[in-house]
Amino acid sequence: MLFTIFAILTVAGAVAAFSLRNLIHSVLAITVAFAGLAVVYLLLGAQFIGLAQILVYVGAVVILIVFAVLLTKNSSTPAGPILSSSWLASGAIALAVFAVMAWAIHQSPASRIHTPTQPEATMQQIGSALMLRYALPLEIVGLLLTTALIGAVTIAVREQKEQR
Amino acid sequence: MTPLAGCLLLAALLFTIGLAGALMRRNAIMVLIGIELMLNAANLNFIAFWRYGPHPEALTGVLFAIFSIGVAAAEAAVGLALIISLYRHLKSANIDEVTSMHG
Repeated sequence: MLFTIFAILTVAGAVAAFSLRNLIHSVLAITVAFAGLAVVYLLLGAQFIGLAQILVYVGAVVILIVFAVLLTKNSSTPAGPILSSSWLASGAIALAVFAVMAWAIHQSPASRIHTPTQPEATMQQIGSALMLRYALPLEIVGLLLTTALIGAVTIAVREQKEQR
Repeated sequence: MTPLAGCLLLAALLFTIGLAGALMRRNAIMVLIGIELMLNAANLNFIAFWRYGPHPEALTGVLFAIFSIGVAAAEAAVGLALIISLYRHLKSANIDEVTSMHG
């Protein structure tokens, strides 16, 4: 029951984000969708992922997007149409993708599995798994994040130097 | 409908909304938001299969979701830097106007 309510909230936020005209309103709507998804993770018993979702998406990614909206002037309230020129074909492709996925979920024997017990994922278990079994992937993700952030700064700053 | 099927349907719906938004909107920032939503739908699938799968004690789904969130954060930073750089070039964040790869 609770799952249904937050699923509807998440989908409504996502739909509102792509149908609203003002970009700032879109960002607020997508924040609702991200927060709703975080609650769904908490309901599924993945506390750490739910909190990470709030920290990373609601905290960091949305702020980054707001900065991008504010730095690209006159994009927050577009004058022309908000849909791209090929919107009809795009919508048809998206609907076809959903039809295929819904059919696959309906047909799959995996979606009829019932596991009554709630699995545990305590912070201690996640921490020891990250430090022991998944230590190498963790290091690689750290390296990737450092490289990506340096790259992002380089891409965003370079233009100004050339103009001088 | 079992809980797993409900989770998978919610993820499929979110993926479709993200795909439709990324393909249909004109603004490059909205395209990036669509991609983020698609990544979130994939994360929901990882968590759903961890919760209702046969071996939840292995924590594979949870750890995959953690790494996926990390990669998505890196992707968002680079994507937004590219949009800002593009805006400086063209004075517009409209993807219909980006017709050449030449700087």
